[in-house]
Amino acid sequence: MNRVRWAIFIVAVAMLGVGAWLALAWAPPDREMGDVQRIMYVHVPQVWMALLAATLNFGCSVAYLFKKSWKTDALAEASAEVGVLFGAVGISLGSIWGRPTWGVWWAWDPRLTTAAILLVAYAGYLALRRFVEDPERRAVWSAVTAIVAYVDVPLIWYSVQWWRSLHQVQSSPKTVDPQMTLVLRWHAFAFLGLLIFFIWSRYQIAMAARKHELAMPAELDEGARIQTSQAAR
Amino acid sequence: MQATAASALGTNRIALSATRVGLLRGLALVLTKDMLIEWRTRARLNALVIFAFGTLLIFSFALGPDTQLLQRNAGGYLWLALLFASLMALGESFRIERENSALEGLRLLPVDPRALFLGKALGNAAVLIGLAFVLVPVMVGLFGVSISLGFGPLALTLILGCLAISAPGTLYSAVASNARARDVLLPLLLFPLIIPALLAAVKATSVVLQGDPMSQLRSWFGLLVGFNLVYWGLGVALFPQVVEE
Repeated sequence: MNRVRWAIFIVAVAMLGVGAWLALAWAPPDREMGDVQRIMYVHVPQVWMALLAATLNFGCSVAYLFKKSWKTDALAEASAEVGVLFGAVGISLGSIWGRPTWGVWWAWDPRLTTAAILLVAYAGYLALRRFVEDPERRAVWSAVTAIVAYVDVPLIWYSVQWWRSLHQVQSSPKTVDPQMTLVLRWHAFAFLGLLIFFIWSRYQIAMAARKHELAMPAELDEGARIQTSQAAR
Repeated sequence: MQATAASALGTNRIALSATRVGLLRGLALVLTKDMLIEWRTRARLNALVIFAFGTLLIFSFALGPDTQLLQRNAGGYLWLALLFASLMALGESFRIERENSALEGLRLLPVDPRALFLGKALGNAAVLIGLAFVLVPVMVGLFGVSISLGFGPLALTLILGCLAISAPGTLYSAVASNARARDVLLPLLLFPLIIPALLAAVKATSVVLQGDPMSQLRSWFGLLVGFNLVYWGLGVALFPQVVEE
């Protein structure tokens, strides 16, 4: 399995290498923004991946509350942490793009505001995980927190959308050059590979940490349920 | 154990009947218990009022003597004072349950945990609403605002906003109360979550104070009601998991 994980990583990095050439040299510059627009090829996929990670985190949290398993808990932890990383990089790239285009580093537009709020919310989730010692309680509480935070996304979105909007309306593949669409998709898959590699690696670390915390016997490795501690009571 | 825990609730009848208490009755009992504790430790309530009052005062100093500015932003200051005070009230509401492991006692009672959530959250909301009504005359006096749309819409805004803070606040307070660094953790979790409700409450309050030429009040009320429905529902659904051993 480890070989698959590293293969994904190598393919993703190779795709990013080719992608850099595609984005910087092959794709045409934007009619109005010029070369600045090229940052879109990494900014947009980064944010997509952050949203994907948040959704995975939500799915794992719901699954954990229905059926307690260390695997979903570890996957929730991994996806939240990697999602925060991608989100932070995505927002920073957007900010770098915003300075020459809008003239400001930051604008209180719905998309930016929502992204910033979510970043803080998930940072709080990660802090909660650090502050609870008991692994079982940590798993339940962080699952509850993750669900509560994810459900907030549409509410945050609608509340801040009633402010004046500045962000670009999404372009559809019909209105942009097919070369641009291809480069964007290329990067999306490259970053998806990177996302999978990061989450997978972080998941393995999280599982190792759980095993260490619980001193789980080796034969329970496969099922890895919480039955150990329940049976002990 | 049941008898002692039940007497903590102020009644022995539950323990004697030994059947599960209905949701509404459980809710009423928890709410009565919390209100009774609040009443018997009035010093805490007083401290809360003085804290919120002090926060309002601080805003006037932090933002200079520009009366126009203070007038225009009065709604925002009121809600920030309420939000900061709510952190203390919410933290307290579970600190009293942690003392002498009172929460364990409550869990042993044949009371639905959802009733526990509803009672606690309504208790917190009641404290906040009371605080809000005390702060309004202070705000009117300090910032020189007039209430253009009348007291009815203002009261509705305050009630909806306080309910919106207390539902997720109670849930998160239950989570944070057992963690390390709980005083830091509660605002860390609650602040980003509460932003839609805070935004709607502040906007609605500003509209109530300054008039509503573009009739925005309905949509902000709609957002507050929606937020309340979502988080009271989630609280009822998730709280049993939080307090379960």
